[in-house]
Amino acid sequence: MSALLGALLGLGPKLAEHVLLCAAAVALGIAVALPLAVWASRSPSVARVTLGFASLVQTIPALALLALFFPILLAARTLLGDGLPALGFLPAWLALALYALLPILRNAVTALTNLDAELIEAADGLGMTGWQKLRLVEAPLAAPYVMAGIRTASVWTIGAATLATTIGQRSLGDPIFAGLQTQNWVLVLAGCIASAGLALAADALLGLVERGFAMRRPRMVVAGVLLALAGIAGAAASLVDWRADARETVVIGAKSFSEQYVLARAIGQLLEDAGFAVEYREGLGSAVVHNAVASSAIDISVDYTGTLWTNQLERTDNPGRQAMYDEIVRWEAETSGARVLGRLGFENAYGLAVTQETARDYGLASIADLARSAPQLTIGGDPEWFERPEWQAVRDAYGLRFADRRTYSPTFMYNALASGEADVISAYTSDGRIAADNLVVLEDPLEALPSYDAIVLVSPRMADNAGLVEALQPLLGAVDVQTMRQANYAVDRDEDKWSPEQAAQWLLGAIRR
Amino acid sequence: MDGAQPAFLRFDALSKSYDDVTAVHGVSLEIAAGEFVALVGASGSGKSTLLKCINRLVEPTSGRVLLDGEDVLAGPPARLRRRIGYVFQGVGLFPHMTVAENVALTPRLEGETLPDARIAELLDLVELDPAMAARMPAELSGGQRQRVGVARALAGESHLLLMDEPFGALDPITRRALGQRVRRLHDELGLTTLMVTHDMAEALLLASRVLVMDAGRIVADETPQALLAGAGGEVAQALVAVPREQARQLAGIGE
Repeated sequence: MSALLGALLGLGPKLAEHVLLCAAAVALGIAVALPLAVWASRSPSVARVTLGFASLVQTIPALALLALFFPILLAARTLLGDGLPALGFLPAWLALALYALLPILRNAVTALTNLDAELIEAADGLGMTGWQKLRLVEAPLAAPYVMAGIRTASVWTIGAATLATTIGQRSLGDPIFAGLQTQNWVLVLAGCIASAGLALAADALLGLVERGFAMRRPRMVVAGVLLALAGIAGAAASLVDWRADARETVVIGAKSFSEQYVLARAIGQLLEDAGFAVEYREGLGSAVVHNAVASSAIDISVDYTGTLWTNQLERTDNPGRQAMYDEIVRWEAETSGARVLGRLGFENAYGLAVTQETARDYGLASIADLARSAPQLTIGGDPEWFERPEWQAVRDAYGLRFADRRTYSPTFMYNALASGEADVISAYTSDGRIAADNLVVLEDPLEALPSYDAIVLVSPRMADNAGLVEALQPLLGAVDVQTMRQANYAVDRDEDKWSPEQAAQWLLGAIRR
Repeated sequence: MDGAQPAFLRFDALSKSYDDVTAVHGVSLEIAAGEFVALVGASGSGKSTLLKCINRLVEPTSGRVLLDGEDVLAGPPARLRRRIGYVFQGVGLFPHMTVAENVALTPRLEGETLPDARIAELLDLVELDPAMAARMPAELSGGQRQRVGVARALAGESHLLLMDEPFGALDPITRRALGQRVRRLHDELGLTTLMVTHDMAEALLLASRVLVMDAGRIVADETPQALLAGAGGEVAQALVAVPREQARQLAGIGE
């Protein structure tokens, strides 16, 4: 209970950013939706197009919509210059505003087109201009319904904004994503409670405004609006940093799994010791991270050679570990301008893992053995796995045909294996749970799976920063797979769980010995 | 009528068609200032459409309407409508405004504030207690609402009053009282009034001139006296026959 309280109290800045993000998104949604609604109410064809578009947007999953704005903004940079941020607030703001559009637009159009025909005849007959009719008749009569739409949009936005974490915007999604990855349910619960509480508070305040409009009580409207504005202003004030910070800020990115959280913190600690100010963008989508570092939206990331080989270089061959690394170093320098600082020392390769029992029962030691038993088995993978060329390569090389296949978040994959829901999973070789669950990683005699050396990438902006390069030297070539597995397990395990920060500290201590 | 002076209101070969239906069919007509004209006809005869061509709630397909010698299509519709009082069956009081705010609306559209005393005077004209000014429309009876509707139409100081079945939704007693009140206001304020009604008795009792419409055309243009004397043709006499027959039957019961 006190752990939950502590986690909730630690959410202050994230709550404040969440509030500001949602307020800005709903405000933009209102600013776009209301003029559109007036236009749509006067032209059925405009109504069809705008409502159709807003409904279409609504069918895109919020997570995908957020992710889509990253490449869109990157493309916009060619027009608007490199100063345009492609990660963080801007894409989150735009995506959420688009998401907030539909309920406001639909309620406003419905209210305006369903106003009593006699009142419209009276307004016209008295000699109101279009603008006077809008101001004196349509707006006040539609206000309660419009407000109901704004209320719905706000509650949706507050919920969807937790996903902004994946594109590098701090929000109440941070504890949820971090907690999900490290199985820290207290953190997940804290994030959910905070965002649900915020949604309820916004709903109550805007409900007050809505009732004020419906009952024609201007004081209720003003009270609701002022309270909401006070909340937003409070959030903004809490984020103002009064200290003048002249240090250079390095932004460290992390994908959404434990190892990335731990390594980001380890890199951050080294840089802070060297006098840099550090910011984290954690829980980024895997596809976003490389573009982010190449475009200097973040400064440092840890990536894996096999991932870059297939996704960025778009190569399908497998030249072997050293040749692949050398080619990636050359390619990054030439095409993106990002600098490969070096290898950390361990591999986080894809492998196929089974339990000791399964290995024994079916006599499995290598993937070649697995091919024989696959038709009786179920394979589980993370959402990326079945789309990846590695899966296609290993499947085709060994002729794997499974009885069934299922998709899990990386964390739940291991639970699925333990509970027997899946018999084989796509495991990561540095995963702490391999050791903890005593799993068997099947050998790959045909070398169908490429190597996945963990490497440190530095953005073009920071590539020549000698202080930064110097500070990260202790990590290079120093992290072996046992150490990484142990650090990962310390974060992933259910009992005596460490925070990524603690695990990073331990890791730095371990490699210094 | 003095031929040298243009008529106050003139229809010039006015037609209005909707898709394949012709609602008004080549109507030409002059109305002098100060007349109280009733437009009578069956449902769908085109009388409301003709009326709404004056304040441009309906745009004619061809022909013109001249008000004070000027084509009503000449300026912006909003300015035209503020000069014309308009009362219709639906009343259309704005539910979010008080009685006073509703009455003061036309001057407000011109950027003027109607003094409380004038609002009280207007309410008094339609025989409403000036204390009602602070009420909301939802608190009024149907008859009271239409009285406010008439007061609102008079607030713009217009000299032309258009009424589209104004008393159609009222009970007979209220209807008769309000009709007589409007007729007296017409005389006192020197208005020109056009009233659409399907009730020939109402037209005969209130108007100084009765126009009968049938299938988009004016088929009779007579005084009430002439109509009662048998003029105006078949359609008009069929309409006059209804109240006349009722009166005879009522007299028969009374004997």
